[in-house]
Amino acid sequence: MSGHLTADHFNLWYSTDRGGTHALRDISLDIPPKQLLALIGPSGCGKSSFLRSLNRMNERTPGVKHTGSILLDGADIYAPGTDLPFLRKRVGMVFQKPTPFPMSIYDNIAYGPRLQGVRSRQELDGIVEASLRAAALWGEVSSRLKKPASGLSGGQQQRLCIARALAVGPEVLLMDEPTSALDPLSTGKIEELMGELKTRYTVVAVTHNMGQARRISDRTAFFLDGELIECGKTKELFCMPGDRRTEYYITGQHREK
Amino acid sequence: MTAIASVLFYILLRGAGQLRWEIFVRSPSPLKGEYGILPGLINTLYIILLTLLAAAPVGIGAAVYLSEYARPGKLTRLVEFTVGTLAGIPSVVYGLFGAVFFGETLRLGYSILTGSLTLSLMVLPIIIRSGQDTLEAVPAALRESALGCGATQWQMLRTVVLPCAKRGLAASVLLAVGRITGESAALLFTAGAASNLPRNWLTHPLSSGASLTVQMYLGISNGRYIDEAFGIALVLAGILTALYFLTGALTAERRDRGEDSL
Repeated sequence: MSGHLTADHFNLWYSTDRGGTHALRDISLDIPPKQLLALIGPSGCGKSSFLRSLNRMNERTPGVKHTGSILLDGADIYAPGTDLPFLRKRVGMVFQKPTPFPMSIYDNIAYGPRLQGVRSRQELDGIVEASLRAAALWGEVSSRLKKPASGLSGGQQQRLCIARALAVGPEVLLMDEPTSALDPLSTGKIEELMGELKTRYTVVAVTHNMGQARRISDRTAFFLDGELIECGKTKELFCMPGDRRTEYYITGQHREK
Repeated sequence: MTAIASVLFYILLRGAGQLRWEIFVRSPSPLKGEYGILPGLINTLYIILLTLLAAAPVGIGAAVYLSEYARPGKLTRLVEFTVGTLAGIPSVVYGLFGAVFFGETLRLGYSILTGSLTLSLMVLPIIIRSGQDTLEAVPAALRESALGCGATQWQMLRTVVLPCAKRGLAASVLLAVGRITGESAALLFTAGAASNLPRNWLTHPLSSGASLTVQMYLGISNGRYIDEAFGIALVLAGILTALYFLTGALTAERRDRGEDSL
């Protein structure tokens, strides 16, 4: 159990009443464990769809179909009989806007462990403290754990959501533009945190911020129109993009069709 | 606005004089020459409670099913179409149906129970529709956060969606209470016209009983209690206004909290 994800000829379609969209075209991508992979590309390029395919959250969209496979430590997560809650426990998720549950800070963090049947007060206390420390939030909230999470600032709420995702003991953390709704100061804190998280977890993050991708990621994957154009070490991809389209995008010359 | 205000003003003008404390504790009795609305109040309360007892669990259950479990498809569309159509049927038609089905076929006769069952059919679409709207307003990211923590569909519903939606669901039930309180046509055919105090609280639903609205209608139609009817109208307007503000308070706080938590 190391959190090694591999996409193998993965295709995804959304079908609507007016026809279908081929959202992901034949994606094959290796995501090495304990690294941070940034997914970049213009809006609608499929990077979020790809992210949501990694813990099968995409299935909540009606009329979605796929071919190919995604392997987590060698096992296909789309195999029949896959335990979805267990998969999502292993592959946690953080969203664009902070999503604290309408309950106390403590209960937010204890949410996942309680679902797994952890009842012991002592054990829960330990998990809550460790998760909040790992999300660099413990110092700010340790004196008001019983207060509603909605009273926290946006940046604190986002770190709370990260702590909540960590509390169930994941191997992979998926982040969908985790800083795009935050101010620069909070963004800085989250970026620093992501740098620490990648030493313990496999992190896959969608970002529209090129600077952020360069600062925090080990590898970068560029998506365009549902295709994976290229993927490589972040430094190399930004210095010497292998494809003209990547260069256009990262230098801001990309034109939306 | 002006029209509503002038109606309320007129009711207030003619009804205020009727609101002596005695009418709240007396039964109407032509023999003693007294008038009162206590039986009507009690019957109305019975009808509200019994109707909700039948309609609220079914309505909220249906709303949860439609918004959380049903896959979009022919069947779901058919159910939603049916609910929409039921909401548009005039209440007199419900009354006729209730009198024939509950009253005759199920032999419940003219009774508070027959009236309540009829009204529960009538308010079901209201509860389902507004309940569905409330549930669908719970943000997808919040649901997916729960699923992302390893929650099953049912755990997500129980721990996140329902707590977020409970005020809105309560508001949709209050909406139904308003509709029940103001309904008369459907009750006239089903719940009967008696204005007696309950002899036995348990068997009272099986006896005939006029709600405030029906009592008001009868008072006007036989021409003997027109002023008193205005008194009842004022009481009803008071109840409905209170319900309106209560519903507003519930949904307003839900909106505030929703913005806070996102």
